[in-house]
Amino acid sequence: MNDFPWLSVLIALPLVGALVVALLPSARETLAKQVTLGVSVVVAALALVMTSQFDTGGARFQFEEKYWWIKQFGVHWAVGVDGIALTLVVLSVILVPLVVLASWDEAGRSGGVDVPARRSAKTYFALLLGLEATMIGVFAATDVFLFYVFFEAMLIPVYFIIGYYGGAQRSYAAVKFLLYSLFGGLLMLVAVIWLYPLSAKAPSAGGVGHGTFLFSELSTMHIEPTTARWLFLGFFVAFAIKAPMVPVHTWLPDAAAQSPAGALVLVVGVLDKVGTYGMLRFCLELFPGAAKWATPVVLALAVVSIIYGAVLAIGQVDLKRLVAYTSVSHFGFIVLGIFAMTTAGQSGAALYMINHGFSTGALFLIVGFMIVRRRSARIADFGGVQKIAPVLAGTFLVAGLSGLSLPGLAPFVSEFMVFTGTFERYRVPAVIATIGIVLAAIYILWTYQRTMGGPAAEPVRAMPDLSAREKLAVAPIIAIIVAMGFFPQPVLDVINPSVKQTMVRLDRHDPAPKINVAENGARP
Amino acid sequence: MKAEGIQAASWLLIALPLAGAAILLLGGRRTDRWGHLLGVTASAASFVVGVAMFAQMLGYDAEERRRTLHLWDFIDAGVVKVGADLLVDPLSISFVLLITGVGTLIHVYSIGYMAHDPDRRRFFAYLNLFVAAMLTLVLGGNYVITFLGWEGVGLASYLLIGFWQYKPTAATAAKKAFVVNRVGDLGFLTALMLMFAVFGTAGFDQILGTGAEHVGAAAKLSSGTATALGLLLLLGACGKSAQLPLQSWLLDAMEGPTPVSALIHAATMVTAGVYLIVRSAAIFEMSHTAQLVVTIVGAATLLAGAVIGCGKDDIKKALAGSTMSQIGYMHLAAGLGKTGYVFAIAHLIAHGFFKAGLFLGAGSVMHGMNDDVNMRHYGGLRKMMVLTWATFGLGYLAIIGFPFLSGWFTKDGIIEAAFEKGGTSGSILGACALIGAGITAYYMSRVMFMTFYGEKRWEEGVHPHESPKVMTVPLILLSFGSVFAGGFLVLGGFADFLAPVVGEPEHHEFKFITVPGIATFVLMVLGAGIAWRQYGARPVPTTAPKGSFVTVAARKDLYGDALNESLLMRPGQWLTRLAVWFDNRGVDGAVNGLAAGIGGTSGRVRRIQTGFVRSYALSMFFGAAVIVAALLAVNVS
Repeated sequence: MNDFPWLSVLIALPLVGALVVALLPSARETLAKQVTLGVSVVVAALALVMTSQFDTGGARFQFEEKYWWIKQFGVHWAVGVDGIALTLVVLSVILVPLVVLASWDEAGRSGGVDVPARRSAKTYFALLLGLEATMIGVFAATDVFLFYVFFEAMLIPVYFIIGYYGGAQRSYAAVKFLLYSLFGGLLMLVAVIWLYPLSAKAPSAGGVGHGTFLFSELSTMHIEPTTARWLFLGFFVAFAIKAPMVPVHTWLPDAAAQSPAGALVLVVGVLDKVGTYGMLRFCLELFPGAAKWATPVVLALAVVSIIYGAVLAIGQVDLKRLVAYTSVSHFGFIVLGIFAMTTAGQSGAALYMINHGFSTGALFLIVGFMIVRRRSARIADFGGVQKIAPVLAGTFLVAGLSGLSLPGLAPFVSEFMVFTGTFERYRVPAVIATIGIVLAAIYILWTYQRTMGGPAAEPVRAMPDLSAREKLAVAPIIAIIVAMGFFPQPVLDVINPSVKQTMVRLDRHDPAPKINVAENGARP
Repeated sequence: MKAEGIQAASWLLIALPLAGAAILLLGGRRTDRWGHLLGVTASAASFVVGVAMFAQMLGYDAEERRRTLHLWDFIDAGVVKVGADLLVDPLSISFVLLITGVGTLIHVYSIGYMAHDPDRRRFFAYLNLFVAAMLTLVLGGNYVITFLGWEGVGLASYLLIGFWQYKPTAATAAKKAFVVNRVGDLGFLTALMLMFAVFGTAGFDQILGTGAEHVGAAAKLSSGTATALGLLLLLGACGKSAQLPLQSWLLDAMEGPTPVSALIHAATMVTAGVYLIVRSAAIFEMSHTAQLVVTIVGAATLLAGAVIGCGKDDIKKALAGSTMSQIGYMHLAAGLGKTGYVFAIAHLIAHGFFKAGLFLGAGSVMHGMNDDVNMRHYGGLRKMMVLTWATFGLGYLAIIGFPFLSGWFTKDGIIEAAFEKGGTSGSILGACALIGAGITAYYMSRVMFMTFYGEKRWEEGVHPHESPKVMTVPLILLSFGSVFAGGFLVLGGFADFLAPVVGEPEHHEFKFITVPGIATFVLMVLGAGIAWRQYGARPVPTTAPKGSFVTVAARKDLYGDALNESLLMRPGQWLTRLAVWFDNRGVDGAVNGLAAGIGGTSGRVRRIQTGFVRSYALSMFFGAAVIVAALLAVNVS
């Protein structure tokens, strides 16, 4: 089985599915949904089979494939996953069918409130599949140029999803999203191309001897410090926009407010992870020296993101914007863990990406259910839902509690690791970041209180509780969040070897504890 | 040593109520009919397991009573190595018996108390969840598992305070409790980080050592680090145990159903801070500063809680002030070191019985008074509710320290230990504890007289009646604890039982007559006497009189909320608004300027939207051209 081109198939399958769905006659809407669901389930099943073949003690990158793509320019179709990428692929393929299920009835209508005009449902589902293909591709790419291609290709389906299926301000949001992303993408493009001549230099001069974009070769190069810093910045700004970090985060709240809730699960849950994944994979491993050079500033930005994002979340009046700002705060934690440059911090950050995907995914799904019922995303339009729709309120609470990293739910483990891993080396940022946990309690519980608590207003009283289809969409995520809250180690076993490699490349070692517990003597 | 026999199954203690909660929550309405029975069964089964484990422990020699159980590897990455470990030792088993014993009685009581609530099943699910989390807290074999339980009880507390979410006051109180507790958690969490940085572990075995001598890595702490660790843990304890300055949530927490106030906000959860400090004795003993701060927090809270208790007409809030105050005593004792630990835990257990009894008694009164909580509407109820009156009365005598009842043994022990500390600090702490005892007698007598004595003050149409057996039987059982628990613990060798965990107190033979004991008795009689003059001998007005400066302050919780509001909430709201404004104008302004250059307002953007798709394609094409050109240029050279 190991010669099977797992990753290429995983990328191609949803792409083919997208084409099939797009070519179906417009009248066959249900068929389009069924095909989409079928394809995404098959992709998920395949990915899980592949995961079961992953050898945690084996080579770093597995399921590797490498073919020439543009031989003249040294570009390969090179795919492969290490533990970090694998878990992100699994996150993506699990979320897609659930999003399809959750958006079953909503896609035709606009996700926004003020735009009742019907749009083609099958195009929406085709775009979702297209997005899935690019998401898998971006995490699987082991050629930096190929990564860039997927990185930019991802924008296209998202742009159309927001621009066609969004709320009243959808065009503004879509354009803003695109402008930000293109700006970052261009900077990265410059840096990517710059790598090519560097790699062509002889090994003695720091290169690998021939022009290439292969990560495995680029990550052994020695780049002259000044150049490395410029290149680092090119990648970093692109990733910081995608992640998004303060101060380049403002596209996200607008995109979130306008985008259909289902698609948001993928945009915030997965697509934004490309930013933090890129930092961990490319910024750190291609430019380890520059990464250390930039660490103080990045840590400061991360802490600012944590606090600032949380404060803004508290101040929101729109549910989708609120969840978007909580994500700005959470991404701050991920970046903090990555740049703490300790094993616990980076493993925690990698795990955080997965956990945040599920946690925020669940929140957006449920917020979507709420919006469909009330035709409004305004917090003030809810209230008293707990008494009317207890299952809806209950799932919202569990998702919310995972958002505030309650122990027993998955995000706690990763947040705790990020805290501890950061504190080992950088005490002040870690301690300041703890304010974030208090703010998180405020933004989640205050929202719960305002939407679910209190007496039920007239329009809320007519709200039905979750349907079987909606329960089916959200139950697996809740189950994963609870299971990974108590048993995170199997996932960490997949992630840890990759982190170890990153630490080696960075030439960083975990600080030793002050007191050696092993040689424990009597009290002095 | 490894746990054997029934102790090897100590995970069952947690699993049983957890399974109960899961079945009741996931089963939904289908489990409505028998949900409460399952809830009681799960809690009772846990109690049975606890008793069996206790019996097994008594069979071991003192130094062999510390047993650990490794369930699975929880987290292992870099420095963070955490096992899902449980620790069964005399300290944790004491808590297990208290939690499951009193917990089960309160479960039983709730069958009657919540009988008419359509969501009774959900109530029992949350109670089960609480028991599971609380047992995790006390059984955890390392600080991370303890923290897991710590946050779990916080969640259960949140869910139960806000059980009647449709009441805005309940929803607000629940959120407040959680948020204030999170401030304390911030301390606990930072302590965890510091532990990993300093010790590379959070295991009790490694940090605290496995013997009574506390020869763990903590013994090598510098006093600075020990102080930092101690104060951070104390911050956590202050949040959970409603000690100054994080006390403000407890009074609002009375919004929850009364059995919750009895179980969580009196008998068990709020005492978790005391557990944490006594468990961490090895760390606190390395820092006199940290210990001193613990005693100061305890002494200040015991007075503040007592004063607040004097001003409340709401029977539950008066009892809540009392809870704050009594836990203040426990903290005071825990900060005294070896002389105090035993009394801290003994008082904690005795308090668990009598305060649970008092709260459930208050619930029984409310049950008969159409859920009215205002004591000014009570009066003369002893004739209508004889059992409630008798059991409440025994709890009352226990808490004010009437000789030979539970509180007399345990609280007098704390007062004496405070004086024994010696020096100025000992005298001040002892005096605080002594004065607190007098105030306790006053406010508890006030509650007693306003509720059960004097003329009836309730309105027409209210028909006070005794509660059903399912509620009064737990009251009777708890009153046995109110009478005997303290004496049983103090005279029955509890100090020796705990000694393997907290060490031997310097001298622990019990003296029946001591100077502080006599002083306490005099102050108790004085406090009760004043209360009788004001509330027993005179009719009680049904509307509260204006009151003195102190009374007004006590009614307003000594301005704790006002302080929070002006120092934190209003500046916070202001900051939030500023941040939102800034994010929309400041940060976004630059970007919008760019967008305006292309499309201007959103309306104009929409008009050119189709054109924009084309320009996007164009830019893609352009970009691709740049790439190819660049690559060609490179290739040529």
